[in-house]
Amino acid sequence: MTTAIAAPIATLAGVSFSYPRHGREPLEVVQDVDLQLQPGELVALLGANGSGKTTLLRLLSGALRADSGVVEVAGRPLGEWRRMALAQRVAVLPQHLELPEGFRVAELVAMGRAPHARRLFGSTADDERAVERALLDADARDLAERYPQELSGGERQRVLVAMALAQEPELLLLDEPTLHLDLAHQVALLRQLRRLHAQRRLTVLAVLHDLNLAAAFAPRVVLLHQGRVAADGASEDVLTPETIAGVFGVRMEPVVTSGAHRYLALDLD
Amino acid sequence: MRAAVAAGEQRQLSIGLSITRTLLVLGGGGLALLALMVVAVAVGSTSVSLGDTAAILGHRLLGLPVAQTWPATAETIILDIRLPRVLTAMLVGGGLAMAGTVFQALLRNPLADPYVIGTAAGASFGAALGIAAPLLLPALAIGAGTSLLGLGVVQVLAFAGGLGTVLLVYAVARSAGRVQVITLLLTGYAVSAVLAAMVALLMFLSGRALGAIFGWLMGSLANSTWPSLAFSAPLLLLGFVLLLARWRRMNLLLLGDAQAASLGVDVEREKLVLTLLATLATSAAVAVSGTIGFVGLVVPHLLRLVIGPDHRLLLPASLLAGAGLLVLADTGARLVPGGGIPVGVVTALIGAPFFLWLLRRSRISRVELGA
Repeated sequence: MTTAIAAPIATLAGVSFSYPRHGREPLEVVQDVDLQLQPGELVALLGANGSGKTTLLRLLSGALRADSGVVEVAGRPLGEWRRMALAQRVAVLPQHLELPEGFRVAELVAMGRAPHARRLFGSTADDERAVERALLDADARDLAERYPQELSGGERQRVLVAMALAQEPELLLLDEPTLHLDLAHQVALLRQLRRLHAQRRLTVLAVLHDLNLAAAFAPRVVLLHQGRVAADGASEDVLTPETIAGVFGVRMEPVVTSGAHRYLALDLD
Repeated sequence: MRAAVAAGEQRQLSIGLSITRTLLVLGGGGLALLALMVVAVAVGSTSVSLGDTAAILGHRLLGLPVAQTWPATAETIILDIRLPRVLTAMLVGGGLAMAGTVFQALLRNPLADPYVIGTAAGASFGAALGIAAPLLLPALAIGAGTSLLGLGVVQVLAFAGGLGTVLLVYAVARSAGRVQVITLLLTGYAVSAVLAAMVALLMFLSGRALGAIFGWLMGSLANSTWPSLAFSAPLLLLGFVLLLARWRRMNLLLLGDAQAASLGVDVEREKLVLTLLATLATSAAVAVSGTIGFVGLVVPHLLRLVIGPDHRLLLPASLLAGAGLLVLADTGARLVPGGGIPVGVVTALIGAPFFLWLLRRSRISRVELGA
């Protein structure tokens, strides 16, 4: 087990990816990216629109195959993973997911158990425990009997988190989980993810947009710029006015609060 | 049934099907279908009493020791004429409803039916060719008498036409190893249009066969025989078993391709397998009955509204409900004075307004049933 702790859960080495386009040059979205995620890390992935954040997540989850370079999960190249086995380790909370009508929340969360399914028609006691725990951990236990159309935006997001947790992954990839949520719900969700990360020793890679939320949420920040890693490190080292100006072209002023937290304030002038 | 047992434990959180609901839907549905079958076999131009019908069926099919008190003609009518027709109606109706369920899940479109990606047009073209060819090209020397595996030329061509068309549509719609739902639908539509034009051309040219082609297109169970049943029954039942075994993947596909993939489903492969299995069942049904409409659209749609979208229950329930609906419709079609009318006319005439009525009630019934 000692080697397992030292080994990264996910590795990208020299990974490039471009989307093919009709009659034109392929669109290069990810270029020569190196990234390692250690077990139990909490990492925020930042970057402007089109900088390759979603593509990077999809490369890690196996939804896309890299044109060049190597993507490994738990030390094995993605190509060697069977889909089901990979889904037992890696869960994805997508940017957009339309929940099918007619299923209760408990049934939807139970769908997260699919990679672990052992019985043709039924569920095991393990499945029931995992679903119960996922619902509790995602603060969605009281939503179990509801239908998707009866959920508010914040409740919906909790259900999606519960679905991902039911999968009992080691690596959780979140694509803008705070999208469409108001500030209070954004904070509540990120708090919850941090708690889960600590409780379950879950490795979390989350695409976020708000720089301050990202800095408060994750000890490590990876900044993408035009498909390349522009900066990778402790959030206070990465999120400086200089790097922000370079990547987003926006001026920010550092502000220190009474609690010694450092924030970036937007300078519109 | 293990599913139902596991879910039936008295726990606060229920993640599966409840045993009572499963029994109610499938057990109740099965019994109702059996009763409907006996009644349907009993009624007709020559009426046989329900008691005699049950006795004949029990004696001859289940080997029950019943003393023979019925006339021999009754036995002939029941066993050689009505029973194969009623059983064919059950299989065709069940098969179409099941295939419709699969296509609605696969295409994530509640308006999809088993014919949507070209099965009907392909089968119609095959059948029209089979009907018209002997008249247009007498030198081929194939005719109504030619048979293969107990099937007529028309049935064989209809089956091959349905299956072949879907394979063609699938191959055309596929690009870079992926098949997108919208491309599949549009390709199916375009290929169907071409085939429909060719059917129209055959009808125009064939003269004498016009009526036969038209009758086939409307869908009829009047020519049901034991041999045609022996051909379609194994295909439909095999399709059902293999599809039911994939219920979990069908549920996951409702979450969308990307999420299904991240939950371990090989999405492109699954789409192909489901399309093939559903098309196999559809083609087997259409080959022996013609293109009967509405069953494959209405039944899965309504059942989903009433018992929910879980394919574990929805697939077997649509098999039962589709079977029941078509037996009912065909019995009605048979009883129309003057030798009956094609069942396809009945399903459309009664099915469509019924569908509208239930659609308006659907929200209420879902709450009432506590589904």
